Amino acid sequence: MEKKHTISALVANRSGVLTRISGLFSRRGYNIESLSVCATEDDHLSRMTIVIIGDNYILEQIVKQLDKLIDVKKISLIEEFNAIYRELLLIKVSALPEIRTQIVEISNIYKAKIVDLSLNTITIENTGEPNKLDAFIKVLEPYGIMEMARTGVTALMRGDSCIKDLLDYNDLI
Amino acid sequence: MKHNGAEILMNCLIEQKVDTVFGYPGGTVLDIYDALYKYSDKIKHYITSHEQGACHAADGYARATGKTGVVIATSGPGATNLVTGIATAYMDSVPLIAITGNVIAANLGRDSFQEIDITGVTMPITKHNYIVKNIDELADTIREAFYIANSGRKGPVLIDITKNIQVAITDYEFKEPKKYIAKTVKAEDVKNIIKIIQESKKPLIISGGGIISSEATANLIKFADLVDAPVTSTLLGLGGFPASSKRFLGMIGMHGTYASAKSYNEADLIIAIGMRFSDRVATNRDNFSKNKTIIHIDIDTAEINKNIPATSSLTADANEFFKTINPLLVKKDNKEWMEKISQFKLKDIKTDSIMAYKILTTIAKMTDDNQVITTDVGQHQMWTAQHYSFEKPRTLLTSGGLGTMGYGLGAAIGASIGKGERNILITGDGCFHMNLNELATAAKYNIPVIVFIMNNNTLGMVRQWQKMFYGCRYSQTTLDKKTDYVALAKAFGCEGLTIAKDEDIEPIIKKALSINGPVVIDCKIFIDDNVLPMVPSGKNFEDIITKY
Repeated sequence: MEKKHTISALVANRSGVLTRISGLFSRRGYNIESLSVCATEDDHLSRMTIVIIGDNYILEQIVKQLDKLIDVKKISLIEEFNAIYRELLLIKVSALPEIRTQIVEISNIYKAKIVDLSLNTITIENTGEPNKLDAFIKVLEPYGIMEMARTGVTALMRGDSCIKDLLDYNDLI
Repeated sequence: MKHNGAEILMNCLIEQKVDTVFGYPGGTVLDIYDALYKYSDKIKHYITSHEQGACHAADGYARATGKTGVVIATSGPGATNLVTGIATAYMDSVPLIAITGNVIAANLGRDSFQEIDITGVTMPITKHNYIVKNIDELADTIREAFYIANSGRKGPVLIDITKNIQVAITDYEFKEPKKYIAKTVKAEDVKNIIKIIQESKKPLIISGGGIISSEATANLIKFADLVDAPVTSTLLGLGGFPASSKRFLGMIGMHGTYASAKSYNEADLIIAIGMRFSDRVATNRDNFSKNKTIIHIDIDTAEINKNIPATSSLTADANEFFKTINPLLVKKDNKEWMEKISQFKLKDIKTDSIMAYKILTTIAKMTDDNQVITTDVGQHQMWTAQHYSFEKPRTLLTSGGLGTMGYGLGAAIGASIGKGERNILITGDGCFHMNLNELATAAKYNIPVIVFIMNNNTLGMVRQWQKMFYGCRYSQTTLDKKTDYVALAKAFGCEGLTIAKDEDIEPIIKKALSINGPVVIDCKIFIDDNVLPMVPSGKNFEDIITKY
């Protein structure tokens, strides 16, 4: 059954790593829903959070094939019930002076922040789980979304578990 | 001690006990070739006619000896000419180091003369690759590359070194190479596998290339005796189990034997070791595991459940698997099953009428079990796989995964150099024309390679498919080349001979074997000989075609 899955990976902070990973996806015909790269506590490593849609076969293959890459140091599947997911949204909405208060009110309900204001537009920042952002965007749609940018999901496991403690592909051979 | 980058490369090769490299000089590797000149007493360099030939030579060298093949090429076209060779090695898990030069770092990304992003190009066909832009990282990068090429599932690694790094100077200190040691297998990891084996009545072992790369032949023979099972092999596994054994069924798959197909269908348990169920083995993926218990052992965990779902599996080096499981197995007795197998073997088709078959059996008769055979790709390759009795590991060198026409001559040259022995190349008139320029290399170094050209004036395998599936529309497969192979051989400085009829076979092979140097034999065979049996793509083993 096709489902959304989130994969978290620690990868070498080196040029070409993103190409290796995205190349692997296109080569093997896997689809990426979102991919975000960020710094970690270790300068030599970056964290990639990849959201894919696929069945269990595809998921197993993606994890194993990614793990095989020399630059992928650790990899784990993020289980929804045991993780914190966040995504950042910047959204610019058309807002003539007479409807500004409505948009501010909506933003307050969603705990979003107004970060810019012009004569005809409002730009809002919002953070949260992706479905919260989906809902927020839906409510703003009737006002006219001029442009928006979503960072893609980033996630960490809850509790004591750390990705660093996991076994790597190379530990198996 | 202070050295420049090119000299550090030489020293790192020496660390890894590399004494032979293949390659072709050019603008961005001038400094590397200058260092090769200086280190020529320690590292022997063979120049080929074309970088592709050099890459196949390094591959053949590695497959025949078990050592790492090393190839050097210049930037741009030199580097791109390696691509087919690297991909060939990648698909067949051959340890290979490709070293390319590149333009000075300051000129990268400016479309400079002979600049190519070779790490970008080779990303999908290498285990890993590097571009070195910092002199202090050079030595460790080379060391890491050798380790990666030789660890786990082996494969090619490319190192691109910009020209400015080759001349930059830094300290170099000798380091003992880090040796890859395969993980041992715990007894508890094989408990379930043992249970399945003990319960089976009709087990069948499929042996793959992993048996050869992990040097597991002796333990596989013991294992097969303990399980009391027949053994079939993938193309790359041939030689990993002695063909003369009563347990051996020959190759499995699209052009596998009748006995292997029949045994597969009847078996209740498949024990697949060091293989990956490619589409040439599992011709119909959807039905392949129906009503079967499948145990899959492979060093690459990504191969488990990739093509065929396993009932039970283990990520392990084949030899380590045997070392643990063999002492724990209680000897089984599958007398009835083995009896049945020997009946199947009697029904294997005999293709005595095919001239290529006669030539192959005569070669086998006139050489010993250590003779290394190289092939190209196509009908001659399958005839060799079917009819040549490979008794020892590393005696068959063939491009299985990528199916590279033109692989053979370079590989045969590299293998002959690596072993210091004569190599026999079985090729076709199509394949031979692809890289025949390497005859010049064989002649230059007087390399004892005997090239048997199975000359049927056609691209035989494609013609066979056109005959069977495309209504005999022989589109672009009838070659009608005017090549005079004997004259061609002589022009390159090789010997040229002809086998035109059955009576020529023995005396001509005898003559070829007596020549210490490269020989080309034009073997005139019939245009419509087929490779049989055959299980067409997408069909089941029941659908095996034995007559056409």
